[in-house]
Amino acid sequence: MRPESKMLSRAGLIAALVLPLASCNMVVMSPSGDIAAQQRDLIVISTILMLLIVVPVIFLTLLFAWRYRQSNKTAKYDPEWHHSTRLEVVIWSAPLAIIIALGAITWISTHTLDPYRPLDRISEGQPLSADHKPMTVEVVALDWKWLFIYPELGIASVNELAAPIDTPIRFKITSASVMNSFYIPALAGQIYAMAGMETKLHAVINKPGEYEGFSANYSGAGFSHMRFKFHGLDQAGFDKWVADVKASGTALDKPTYMQLEKPSIKEPVRHYATTDSSLYSAIVDMCVEPGKMCMSEMMAMDKGLICRIPEPTTAAREEKAIRPAT
Amino acid sequence: MTADSTSLLFGKLTLEAIPYHEPILVATFIGVAIGGLAVLGALTYFRLWGYLWTEWFTSIDHKKIGIMYIVFAIIMLLRGFADALMMRFQQAIAFNGHEGYFPPHHYDQIFTAHGVIMIFFVAMPFVTGLMNFVVPLQIGARDVSFPFLNNFSFWMTVAGGIIVMISLFVGEFAKTGWLAYPPLSDITYSPDVGVDYYIWGLQIAGIGTLLSGVNLIATILKMRAPGMSMMKMPVFTWTAFCTNVLIVAAFPVLTAVLALLTLDRYVGTHFFTNTDGGSAMLYVNLIWIWGHPEVYILVLPVFGIFSEVVSTFSAKRLFGYTSMVYATVVITILSYIVWLHHFFTMGSGASVNSFFGITTMIISIPTGAKMFNWLFTMYHGRIKYEVPMLWTIGFMVTFVIGGMTGVLLAVPPADFVLHNSLFLIAHFHNVIIGGVVFGVFAGINFWFPKAFGFRLNAFWGKMSFWFWFIGFYFAFMPLYVLGLMGVTRRMSQFEDPSLQIWFVIAAFGAFLILLGIGSFIIQIAYSIWKRDELRDETGDPWNGRTLEWSTSSPPPAYNFAFTPVVHEVDQWWFMKQNGYKRPLSGFIPIHMPKNTGTGAIIGGLSVVFGFAMVWHIWWLAIASFVAIVAVTIVHTFNYNRDFYIPAEEVNAVEARRTQMLPAE
Amino acid sequence: MSANTTHNAQPAEGLTFYMREEHHPEQSTMIGFWIYLMSDCLIFAILFATYAVLGHSFAGGPDAKELFDLKLVAINTAMLLFSSITYGFAMLEMEKGNKGLMISWMMVTFFFGACFLGIELYEFHHLIGEGAGPGRSAFLSAFFTLVGTHGIHVTCGLVWMAVLMVQMNKFGITAANKRRMTTLSMFWHFLDVIWIGVFSFVYLMGVL
Repeated sequence: MRPESKMLSRAGLIAALVLPLASCNMVVMSPSGDIAAQQRDLIVISTILMLLIVVPVIFLTLLFAWRYRQSNKTAKYDPEWHHSTRLEVVIWSAPLAIIIALGAITWISTHTLDPYRPLDRISEGQPLSADHKPMTVEVVALDWKWLFIYPELGIASVNELAAPIDTPIRFKITSASVMNSFYIPALAGQIYAMAGMETKLHAVINKPGEYEGFSANYSGAGFSHMRFKFHGLDQAGFDKWVADVKASGTALDKPTYMQLEKPSIKEPVRHYATTDSSLYSAIVDMCVEPGKMCMSEMMAMDKGLICRIPEPTTAAREEKAIRPAT
Repeated sequence: MTADSTSLLFGKLTLEAIPYHEPILVATFIGVAIGGLAVLGALTYFRLWGYLWTEWFTSIDHKKIGIMYIVFAIIMLLRGFADALMMRFQQAIAFNGHEGYFPPHHYDQIFTAHGVIMIFFVAMPFVTGLMNFVVPLQIGARDVSFPFLNNFSFWMTVAGGIIVMISLFVGEFAKTGWLAYPPLSDITYSPDVGVDYYIWGLQIAGIGTLLSGVNLIATILKMRAPGMSMMKMPVFTWTAFCTNVLIVAAFPVLTAVLALLTLDRYVGTHFFTNTDGGSAMLYVNLIWIWGHPEVYILVLPVFGIFSEVVSTFSAKRLFGYTSMVYATVVITILSYIVWLHHFFTMGSGASVNSFFGITTMIISIPTGAKMFNWLFTMYHGRIKYEVPMLWTIGFMVTFVIGGMTGVLLAVPPADFVLHNSLFLIAHFHNVIIGGVVFGVFAGINFWFPKAFGFRLNAFWGKMSFWFWFIGFYFAFMPLYVLGLMGVTRRMSQFEDPSLQIWFVIAAFGAFLILLGIGSFIIQIAYSIWKRDELRDETGDPWNGRTLEWSTSSPPPAYNFAFTPVVHEVDQWWFMKQNGYKRPLSGFIPIHMPKNTGTGAIIGGLSVVFGFAMVWHIWWLAIASFVAIVAVTIVHTFNYNRDFYIPAEEVNAVEARRTQMLPAE
Repeated sequence: MSANTTHNAQPAEGLTFYMREEHHPEQSTMIGFWIYLMSDCLIFAILFATYAVLGHSFAGGPDAKELFDLKLVAINTAMLLFSSITYGFAMLEMEKGNKGLMISWMMVTFFFGACFLGIELYEFHHLIGEGAGPGRSAFLSAFFTLVGTHGIHVTCGLVWMAVLMVQMNKFGITAANKRRMTTLSMFWHFLDVIWIGVFSFVYLMGVL
């Protein structure tokens, strides 16, 4: 299929699903970032695959329920009929076939859309080229606000995130206290923010606009207001935003951070013109507070005392998520 | 009194723990107190205490214990549903800066309590109650393997429920969500007693659940009537068997993980803390290793109920009995290797995520096969639309939608955008209401005449069904939409006003469900009132198929005057087809276990123990613990635990039944 | 229909629908207790798994090599193994109907069990005294919980044994007491097996 017709048919499918609800803003079904768009496509394709079996089941249920009602004496009644090898084969293999298809899609898409995997395209039909330099954002979930640090730009902000469109963004995510989930539906799927470790997310925003971001994992009293605006800006707009932050902001050093870290609700947007470059790794290491031993140091000590076999454990998850920041 | 001696006497408990400054709670308390006093007064006035104690509380009769489980579940359903109404109400109004009626401090307790109560103290006792009542009758047994243990299990479940209920009026409940993930549930972030109420409530109830699981497995393995091989067991018994295997293999995990959380909170260990080497991810893994099988613990017996109902009311043998059994066994095994799908977003590798995603999808194959088996049971049947059958059709239509959204959530990248959203909430209510709740109501309507000797009124039963059915769609379809709009769960306030209409629709749905629950209560009350008109003297009102319908309704204490000999899966149907004649003489004395109050006493002491632990009242905790051990030891000195029902009594009971039955 | 056919449990086809005599289902206690033990085994499995995950998180504190005294643990293990053997002797005497000797062997078992507990408590006391209590690191949390849970089980077993000795003495070797003796035997040997796991997995692998 040619790309255009593929896109057309996809658009048609989406329209069929979405039209009745067009009046509301279903951001998950009409996102503005390439990753979220692929995730949306996956939802649509999986749903259609499953409808292949769900619709006939619902239809047959209602049909049989009507046709074999007690008052319908014309329908056949066979109280002892209870087995048919041919039917059994069909009822086991039909769902099996769907699941094989869906399983294959799952395997492939889970790997291509792995949040840890760097992007290889900006959008459909637009591969990553040399001039798409990725931008890093360090995300810290605090009680109950978000801190965003731009290590390459040396600035930081609270409860406001901005990024230039069509630029790959590398999020490095951690938490200073409890578990949260970093989620901007228009941009890409979510990933947990956990204390003492770092998770990652790669994404790109393709359309300029103001989007909602929030924590998608309940984290206590201020959870409902743990929200921020995500600004997708063109390069000029982004440059202006950075300049504004630099002009209006103060410095984010460790004492300021210690103050910021204290629980607060409905924290206003804050800008920091300069940041302590070691701050983020200290947060992941849980040793911003003076005198606290860093986790990486602790782990190094533990490892030095006991020889561990450096093979990947069966729980690859652990390897990936606990990975200490260095 | 000095502060020291006060804390020695009362631990952390102070007058401040009584929420007299919260008008909603005070009003609730007054309501509960007046209602409770009225019930207690009535019991005293009609001198029912002795009757309740000797005939019910101390009873080791599996039928009475089953009924008590269900009564307990209905009471807790009212509490859990009140929480649901409050949540729907809050979310429907908390817009545009309006904070609603529940501040986070209160709202967060409500959703935690709703989840905990609905799973542990509504759904679990409902299915345990039905299994307790039905399984021994279906396998032709006189009781379960360990009748005392059964009574004890029941009282431990109730004790756990009481501890959770106490938190409403003394102190507070957990504000952590129903699985109490650390670090939020650690002492650092939840220093209040809420999480302690959660832990002790669940631990004590968990003992009951586990022992009841052991009991029913032993019963099914050892107490079956002669001739009933495993592949001749009724499907409900099969599903009950698999469920109890799941209970025994899953609940120890919950016990262990909660014990570790307890140590973190009480002793200062570092299992799940952020500091000193703890790992919160370990907790999340462990709790879901219990949590996912738990879902199947609830839904498998319900699949059994639907199987019995669909074949009874289609007046036809169940299609594909063998594949039904294998499907159940496959689901049982698979349910242990899918737990990670509850947290794809934790950053596992792509291969790990896809493995767990695909295993999850594979479960839909046996489930789909079951669905087709029910369909083809209806095919060439003669379907009678009694109330249980209505619930079954409602289930079949609703459950497939929930199953579909479930498989969708099993695709990891799709889960990244839907995880923790209201889409997820809609999905699991879709399968728990559309599956478990519908099934429980089908089961109650189906077996009620067996338990009490009269049917439930059909009109109010149908009202209840339609309100629930339509209410469910109104309440949860908007949540699917909201999930796709990117709305996450557990929010107490919203900023985007365009969401409000959907929450209002959902609140309306909750109101319809309220009418459904009301209709169910009316149905029971009305049926008791009109019981003479609804009387069933045959013991077999639905033209049933399995052994429970061969005895009288309600069955005598000994269930079967003579132990049945089994030839077929649908043994009672087979007996009716082959000229079975009820035996009228030759009765012999029947060996039965004796009642005992030990279970209720230990249950009561467990409440005291749990309460003392929650509030750090150490002397009381030690005293009640010693008392529990002492009562247990004293109980073991009682060797006189059984008796014989004399043949004359059996004869008299059976003769009374002969008079009631139409002359042949 | 004549009374004769009505009372006949075997209709024309020669099928029997019920038993005229009392049906005695097989005793369920053994299988029931076995199922319970398996569930208990799962609790230990979770604690072992927890230890496996957290066993190297020393949080900068002492590790297994520094803390464990293999000699002491070896004596301890011997105590428990002996107690299993002597329990076996008690079972043999029970089969012979030899009440006095049986109770004597139970006392010996009890003694070994109590020694085991005593040594374990001494070890715990010593560790806590050294500042290596359960709150020091995740490793020590997991260690104390795994070993302590086993210890609590042994304590329960000892209480049970004491009660059973009294009951045996008072009521003799009855069917009910025999059943209790057998279930306690399963429990006691089960704890042995778990301890062998603890000894090899925690102590040996920690030190060697």
